[in-house]
Order: sequence, then structure tokens, then C-alpha cells
Amino acid sequence: MAGGLVLTFQLSLITMAGGLLLGIILALARLSSRPWLYYPATFYVHFFRGMPLILVIFWLYFLSPVITGKSLNEFHAAAISFIVFEAAYFAEIIRAGIQSIPRGQSMAAYSSGLTSFQCARHVILPQALRNMIPALVTQAVVIFQDTSLGYVIGLREFLRRVNLVDAREARSVELYLFAGLIYLAFCSAGSLCSQLLENRRQRNWRFD
Amino acid sequence: MGFLNYTFDWSVLWRHPYGGMFVKGILTTIHLSLLAWIIAVILGIMVGIFRVLPQRSIRFAGSAYVQLFRNTPFLVQLFFWYFAVPLLLSKPAQEWLYDHVPDYSYWAGVTALGTYTASRLAEQFRSGLLAIPRGQYRAAYSTGLTTFQTYRYVIVPYAFRIIIPPFTTEFLSCFKNSSLTMTISVMEITHTAYYIDSFTWHGLETTTAASMTYLCISGFIVLVMSFVEKKLRIPGMIARSQ
Repeated sequence: MAGGLVLTFQLSLITMAGGLLLGIILALARLSSRPWLYYPATFYVHFFRGMPLILVIFWLYFLSPVITGKSLNEFHAAAISFIVFEAAYFAEIIRAGIQSIPRGQSMAAYSSGLTSFQCARHVILPQALRNMIPALVTQAVVIFQDTSLGYVIGLREFLRRVNLVDAREARSVELYLFAGLIYLAFCSAGSLCSQLLENRRQRNWRFD
Repeated sequence: MGFLNYTFDWSVLWRHPYGGMFVKGILTTIHLSLLAWIIAVILGIMVGIFRVLPQRSIRFAGSAYVQLFRNTPFLVQLFFWYFAVPLLLSKPAQEWLYDHVPDYSYWAGVTALGTYTASRLAEQFRSGLLAIPRGQYRAAYSTGLTTFQTYRYVIVPYAFRIIIPPFTTEFLSCFKNSSLTMTISVMEITHTAYYIDSFTWHGLETTTAASMTYLCISGFIVLVMSFVEKKLRIPGMIARSQ
């Protein structure tokens, strides 16, 4: 089961990194004034937010043999579907973060002669990122929990291993309580972190 | 119609016996999520109120519930209800369960989804309650209403309107999460799609159909809820910011 937990962590980290990257691209595309960027990105976000994660996993599972001729291994399949799915959620968080910055900020930046890149780099993004951090940490907790869905394609992550041990030892009560406690410990730590960051942000906000 | 070396055969979606299975799967998804939603709303509102009451112990119980259910994956909770809970029951209760509840997985799914969604709703509801100005509470108490009456006639109707948009979102995720009950063999739409694939090798078509079901129903709910929101709006209260 310890090995499963390691796999769960790996999968969460990969998903976070990949999801964040794709999410930033999507968020920027959604804020773009170019229709050929805006519409596909908006469609992407709405599409994946309207679908259960489990279906995204199945999509990849059924589609990948058709395209490549052979099936992906479970870890890659899970990682790709998680990234594709979570990117839609990351995109919304990032977009909200960028939009939460009052327009006066960018106007002030432009009028003091900054270019649009400098404005984004030195004025908007530092503030926007600070606003987003609590939401991003919360999303990280969600991802950590969502990796348990790797179960459905037979990925031997933590929950699958617990399930396998249960099949052998038939001690459901203890095992699932244990699994619950492990997830609870890590996720509570994450939630607490997000809460503290949020409190700090609101305190700073008041002194601004 | 070919695609690389895959031949589409959309007739698996309506051909006998698969067509009937799909209809049944869609219906199961719908009533499972609706039942879970009813549990979630009742429980969620209760826990949400618990979390803002002045009594320390009740408040603690409320937050313990929320922390516990929000910080464990839904799948673990589902397995707990399905595999572990029957073992915790007494022997006669277990036997009764096996004899009289043939679709235990369905009810385990409803309970798990309901209690899980409740914990998320409680948070939304709490922030709705906190958004109400203190003056409303004071005015209600000073006109002689009891705590229960204050909440029933003054605060809840108020809070309810504030939280319609987040409740819609939560309903949609409840509806999407119902797909996870496939892991405990409930025959909802996702499981049906997977199951039919195992006979026909036409997983792409069946998964498309399942996806379309979710997208269509979600879209429909969003439409209905934005209508409800408009209908219930109290003049003068700030509407949802766009």
C-alpha cells in the first residue's frame, strides 16, 4: 500500500504541473480578444467541466488504441486524462484570478509607459498569482483525491491496493477506514494550508 | 464509416437489447442523483446552520462533518458504504439486507453521494448565511421570533436566493459524481456504456452517447436554474455579478 501511496503522489504532482501549464495557456486564450483563440478555449473549458472525470478516462482508454494501434499503459493513460481534465478547472481559477485585478491597475501601468508584456509581468500577474494561491492549493487537494479514479482502469494507486488487500484479507471496515484516514490526513493538511493562505491574503488586503 | 482501422457502428446505441439498456442507464443516473440531491440538501442545510450557531459543541460537530467528508475522496466513501457498512451491522440486520435489498449497491451509492454532496453544500450554505447582514438576525430576534423561526422565516429564504448559483454548480457535480457509482456496479449511464462495450467492442460510440447525456442534462439544468433564479429574485437584492 505504501507503494500505491507513492504512485498516488507522483500522479498528483504530474497532474498539477501539466494541468497548471495547460490551464495557463487556456486561461490566456480565454482572455484573448482573438476569436480563434477565445472560442476553442471556451469550448474546451465548458466541455470538460460538463463531463465526469471517469468518462474522460474512458474516452482516452477507448480512443488511444484506435489512434496509436496499441493501448497506453495505465499510468500514462491516467496522467494524460487527469491533465486534460484538470486543466479546464485550472484555467477557470487562473482566469478568475487575473480578472479580479481592478482595471485601474492595468490602466495605471499603461499610462506610466509600460508595454503590455511588462504590465502583465510586473503589475497584473504578481497580484493575480497571490490571489489565486488559496484556490490553487484547494484544487491540488481535489486532484489528490481525484487520482483515486485511476482505480477504474486498473492503475495500482493507493485505493486500488487497499482494494486488493481487502480482496485477500476481507477486512473491509479497517482497510477503508485506514484509506480514509490517510487521505484525510494529507487533504486536511492541504486544506489548512489553503485556509491560512487565504486568511493572510485577506489581512494583507485590508492594509493595502 | 471508417476511422484509421476502426469502423463506427452507431446502431449499438439503439439496437436491441442495447437501446433499452441505455434508456435504463440514463434514468438510473437521473433518479440516483435526484435522490442523493434530496438527502444532500436536507443534510447540507442542517450542517450549514450548525456551523454558524453560537453553541460551540454543535459548531464543532458541523465542522467535523464537513472536514471528514470533504477531505476524503468520494471513491473511498463509496467503498466504505458499500463494502464496510454492511459488516458493521448486526447479524440479523445483515441478513435482512441481503434478503430484502437486492440493489444494495444502488442505495449505498445514493447514501454516499448524498452525504458527500451534503458536506459541500454545507460550506456553500454557510457562506450564504454569513453573507446576510447581522441586522436581519437582530431584527428577527427582537420581534420575538425563536431561533428556529428566525431561520425558517427570515434567514433561510434570504440565504436560499444567495446560494442558488453555487447550488446549481453543486448539483451538476453531484450529477457528474453519480458516474462513480459504476465502481460498485450500479448500472448508471457510464457503467452501461462500459458494459455494452464489453459485448460489442464499440466503446467509442457508447462513451460518446454517455458524454452527450451528461452534457445535455447539464445544459438543461443550467437553463432551468437561470430561469428559477430570475423568477425568485427579490427586487433590490444584488443579483449575481456577471
